[in-house]
Amino acid sequence: MGRYFAIRIGRAALTIVLVVTFAFVVLRLSGDPALMILGPEAPPEVLAAFRKAWGLDDPIWFQYLDYFGAIAKGELGRSMRDGRPAIELVLERIPATLALTLPAFAFKVALGIPAGIYAALHRGSGIDRAVMMTAVAGFTVPSFVLALLLVLVFAVQLGWLPSGGQDSWRHAILPIVTLSLGGAAVLARFTRSAMLEVLGQPYIRTASAKGVPWRKVVTSHALPNAAIPTVTILGFMVGTLIAGAVVVESVFSWPGVGRLLVVAVANRDLAVVQCILLLVAMTMVTSNLIVDFLYGFLDPRLRAKGAHA
Amino acid sequence: MAPLISIKDLSVAFHGVPVLRGVDLALHKGEALGLVGESGSGKSVTWLAALGLLPRNARVSGSVRLDSREILGAPAAELDRIRGGRVAMIFQDPASALNPVLTIRKQLCESLALHRDISGGAVKAEARRLLDLVGIPDATRRLEAYPHEFSGGQVQRIMIAMALAGNPDLLIADEPTTALDATIQAQILELLSTIRREMGMAMVLISHDLGVVAENCDRVAVMYAGRIVEEAPANQLFADPVHPYAQGLIGALPPLDGPRRRLTAIPGTVPDPASMPDGCAFAPRCALAEAPCGIVAPSLAPIAEDRAVACIRAEASRRALLGIAAE
Repeated sequence: MGRYFAIRIGRAALTIVLVVTFAFVVLRLSGDPALMILGPEAPPEVLAAFRKAWGLDDPIWFQYLDYFGAIAKGELGRSMRDGRPAIELVLERIPATLALTLPAFAFKVALGIPAGIYAALHRGSGIDRAVMMTAVAGFTVPSFVLALLLVLVFAVQLGWLPSGGQDSWRHAILPIVTLSLGGAAVLARFTRSAMLEVLGQPYIRTASAKGVPWRKVVTSHALPNAAIPTVTILGFMVGTLIAGAVVVESVFSWPGVGRLLVVAVANRDLAVVQCILLLVAMTMVTSNLIVDFLYGFLDPRLRAKGAHA
Repeated sequence: MAPLISIKDLSVAFHGVPVLRGVDLALHKGEALGLVGESGSGKSVTWLAALGLLPRNARVSGSVRLDSREILGAPAAELDRIRGGRVAMIFQDPASALNPVLTIRKQLCESLALHRDISGGAVKAEARRLLDLVGIPDATRRLEAYPHEFSGGQVQRIMIAMALAGNPDLLIADEPTTALDATIQAQILELLSTIRREMGMAMVLISHDLGVVAENCDRVAVMYAGRIVEEAPANQLFADPVHPYAQGLIGALPPLDGPRRRLTAIPGTVPDPASMPDGCAFAPRCALAEAPCGIVAPSLAPIAEDRAVACIRAEASRRALLGIAAE
């Protein structure tokens, strides 16, 4: 069991290093922060001084080593725009993002999983078809389209809700709905197919042949098995809690991590972008580790494999 | 004596395609009936339909009486009491027949809690006793194990223990040994017949292995394309099969003694359930088929006190059997 997790943690660390490296290289190859921040009219000597101050004229491998050296000391750099530590800028945006993504996550689970189970249990019925059609619509419509559609209906036409900003809880409703619908659709489809797969297994027939009432066959025989694939998707969704709302935050001008990322990328504010990506990679990797752990908890076969691995 | 269970004109169709076309079968207390036939002939479907275990898209009609009480279409609560309590069933592939995420104790105790009036420590004690009974050593510790920690033969033993949990009057064993090694097969069959003798339980042994059926059953019914084509005491069927299909099945078996002979295969294949021929379903493959065979499907008719055949040549066969044809 220990080795199983040691391998996984090692892999997780490697993933983070790769993500950070990739971001580092791409950001530096794709634009000059000095030009972006100071503007094209800035005098050349100002640009040169800026580059020197931020170490941008050092060779890229040197910058890279420097960057990792700093990370090792717990320093994630400073924003080139206002000189504040990048980590501070990011951390102060996290509550705003979580105020959208956490309720959205709860709605996805509360909506998607029961809908999927219900559809699977009534396969081929009118409700099954309705759920599946909604689900297909829910995840084929891009979130920015859905967001604009909701704004058009509820903010512009009906005037019930504000179209953007962060002044009250009412401002959070449309962003949360936008985030929830797509995720709920994915979960519903996934849960349905996981349930259908499990319901076709011989052990479900065995349970019925034992005289277990159908309701109990579903709750104590089918659901624990269908939970295994569903947890994978849930883990992925947990991984997007911090930076999964880039588009929605932009559309609704919600001052969260996603918006910060968009602005920071546009300005090539390297430290801030890298800090966010590091955070995202870490939440992704952590949620994957949690999923691995849950697999072991949910599926005794994997537990045994882990013990021998 | 009234039969324990009697099936009359049981028919099943999936999406309008008939797979079971009027099965009549009766079983008395303590009797062992073998049900043989190729895969797709309706052996398993007969019993799944009788117990209401088919998916909802199956159209089932006919009558199934348990102790003279109609159970086909009975309310779910009544069927739940019958399943596992009066009629238990074990299946072909033991490895996938147990829930992989539940311990053996949970699955075994679930059956006990459903069908026995015991609770608490008594349930666990009974679970241990059942595991002992089916020959799983170290029952106390093994109860906490999961299905994947057992071999195929052991899992089938656990399935049998689970089936016995409700003290059933009838055990349907659906190809119980098909997925197992030959040596394990013999052990499981031995276990089944010992238990059957001791508990006075009736058994239906579904198999495509004629040898298995010959050794373990009193009576045999041969199924072909959703119908029973011949029914007879086991020894008589194997000595003198009457229906040309039964003759073909037995002719395809290598004899243990006597001179070596060429094994005869039945030509052709089972007809597609969606396009059954008019008349006898076996006629297109039958070497003895005559023009009338293609017109009307013969019904299962008695040819002797304890034998029945569905073949228009049965009368001739019966005469041949009794050696009176020449007179």
